[in-house]
Amino acid sequence: MSQKTVRLVIDGKEVHAAEDETILKVALENEIDIPTMCYLEGLSGLGGCRLCLVEAKGMSKLFPACTTPVSNGMEITTNSERLLKHRKKVIELLLSERTHICSVCVANGSCELQEMATRFGVDHVPVVRRWTGFELDMSHERFVIDRNRCILCTRCIRVCDEIEGVHTLDLKMRGKDAQVIMDLDEPWASSYSCTSCSKCSAVCPVGAIYIKGKSLAETKNRALPEFVFERRKR
Amino acid sequence: MSKEIVIDPITRIEGHAKVTIHLADDGTVQEARFHVEIFRGFEKFCEGRPFYEMPSITSRICGICPVSHLLASAKACDDMLSVSIPRTATQLRRLMHMGQIIQSHALSFFHLSSPDILLGMDADPSKRNIFGLIDKYPDLARQGIRLRRFGQVIIESLSSKRIHSSSWLLPGGISTPLSRDKAQRLLAQMPEALDITLKTTEMFKKSLPKLMPEVEDFGNFPSYYMGLVTPDGGLEHYDGKIRIVDPKGKIVSDYLDPSRYTEYIGEATESWSYMKFPYYKPLGYPDGAYRVGPLARLNIVSHCGTPLADEELKEFKKLGKNGIVQSSFLYHYARLVELLFCIERTKELLEDSEIFENDIQSKASFNRREGVGVLEAPRGTLFHHYKANGEGIITGVNLIIATAHNNLAFNKAVTQVARRYVDGHRLNEGMLNRVEVMVRALDPCLSCSTHMWRNMPLSIVLHDSRGNVLDKIRR
Repeated sequence: MSQKTVRLVIDGKEVHAAEDETILKVALENEIDIPTMCYLEGLSGLGGCRLCLVEAKGMSKLFPACTTPVSNGMEITTNSERLLKHRKKVIELLLSERTHICSVCVANGSCELQEMATRFGVDHVPVVRRWTGFELDMSHERFVIDRNRCILCTRCIRVCDEIEGVHTLDLKMRGKDAQVIMDLDEPWASSYSCTSCSKCSAVCPVGAIYIKGKSLAETKNRALPEFVFERRKR
Repeated sequence: MSKEIVIDPITRIEGHAKVTIHLADDGTVQEARFHVEIFRGFEKFCEGRPFYEMPSITSRICGICPVSHLLASAKACDDMLSVSIPRTATQLRRLMHMGQIIQSHALSFFHLSSPDILLGMDADPSKRNIFGLIDKYPDLARQGIRLRRFGQVIIESLSSKRIHSSSWLLPGGISTPLSRDKAQRLLAQMPEALDITLKTTEMFKKSLPKLMPEVEDFGNFPSYYMGLVTPDGGLEHYDGKIRIVDPKGKIVSDYLDPSRYTEYIGEATESWSYMKFPYYKPLGYPDGAYRVGPLARLNIVSHCGTPLADEELKEFKKLGKNGIVQSSFLYHYARLVELLFCIERTKELLEDSEIFENDIQSKASFNRREGVGVLEAPRGTLFHHYKANGEGIITGVNLIIATAHNNLAFNKAVTQVARRYVDGHRLNEGMLNRVEVMVRALDPCLSCSTHMWRNMPLSIVLHDSRGNVLDKIRR
């Protein structure tokens, strides 16, 4: 059965797409930039970070572009005063939720959160910061997890589950207290399921999971989304 | 009725402090105290972080001497990795440290202290600053700024940043080598830097006869002196062993292992200051007061190790007995001698072909649960001591900063100056400025010594014997 094609307008540009495609995918195909953070091509969409929210004509609520499927006749706006204000607030809240100090972070200069903060002009955090004091897990021979820097995008959990296929990582607790755990919340070195594949550290957008003794600039695999995507197709 | 005078805040120093002057019933000065009032807590909040983050975190203690903290911290981390770093990395670290000392000494002398020396202790306070200096002595002010710039350019040539070069210094070595082009550019700037330093030293020496009252009364007292020395007893800033010399110039302890400092240095606390009071353990507290920094370094060494600095050291030592110069006012002169040494050493380092090698980092995993890094920062001996658990997560930090070593000396020195110049019946600005000049001569870095967080300044308050505030001067 052939796939149904729909017609929609994104930022005034008329585009065509398959009906099961997301707004983000169609926008990317048509070289329309929508900022993302928890999204990574090749992994399932989450809609968690709310950075890719877009406006749909006739609807008062905003939609996450990474998980919302297109429909015929949609008129989407990806860039407006309202959206910019909203995205800036998202970054401010992410920065306030944990302990983000760029100057001493392994991800400094290669961090997606830092990049977005620069892009949206976040030069200070207007709300009270939480300054979390989660203990580091440095028990693994190669990797470190610093939950104080985690933005809960769950890319690591999804890559471990969907690509590596072991599901070592998951979340415990909820909301601001949520934390990425290994197996049944054990020290990383005690995890039986972890294959030490390093995909979690490669997809981490910040400096929360990293290879010991290396800065993210040294280890960041820029080709990773393509790699993940290719693996998924197979 | 006895009184207390408070100078709050003290200006043109690095950090926030005040001085209180306690007067006896007859209005004469009984005692003066140098208070450091701000708490920062680096030793506490570093706990729980991985050891390799320590250089980046601790260099934020100070914006003036971040390189000193970076290097001491990197050395402590080298110790935790149990590695000897490649010679190229050592030489380049030394080079960066020379840049650090040049820029810091230039800042202390030209920007902070020269207005007192050149414009006069009683000059209008609104003009007695670097801008007043630019008005009256534009060439000298420009030269001071250029000399400081030269130090900063050395740091920048190595790490691409003038301040907080934390990504360049790694546990086990450094991240990038120095290019020959950059070395050539630095060498081309050497003659000007040397010329400025020689001229300034001459100018200072010519002013000395006029400054003899200050030399006599500004922190001129016997004390012990401590610092690092080379194996042959020469001037050392990056490595070496600890030497302690008594007030008469006799070496009382030599070639002490810096990493075992807890065996010979104790740290006392007082309720009225956030800065600790280190002391030489065999003499106890407070008798074990000692001084560190440029004056102490020159007092403990037999030679500098470079021709021009060695000549100047001989001149310097003539100002004391048995080669020991006591007056804290002569910290300024000692800084100029060290500037000469650093410029000459910089040239030697830049002409060493080994600095262009690519062997710049020794790789190793975390091996030892304790590490100590010690060096001579511009203001004196700097100790970074870390403890970690088996995974390399920091469980304890002890930092002894140069200014803290001088804490007991600060109190003695401000008491001496206050006794000489302050009249308890009447306060005036010039009188109080002399107390500040004393503080500036010792060049405290209070943000370092308390590992603190506010903007500078200093103040003076007058108290009676019952503790009531009678007068206060604040800028």
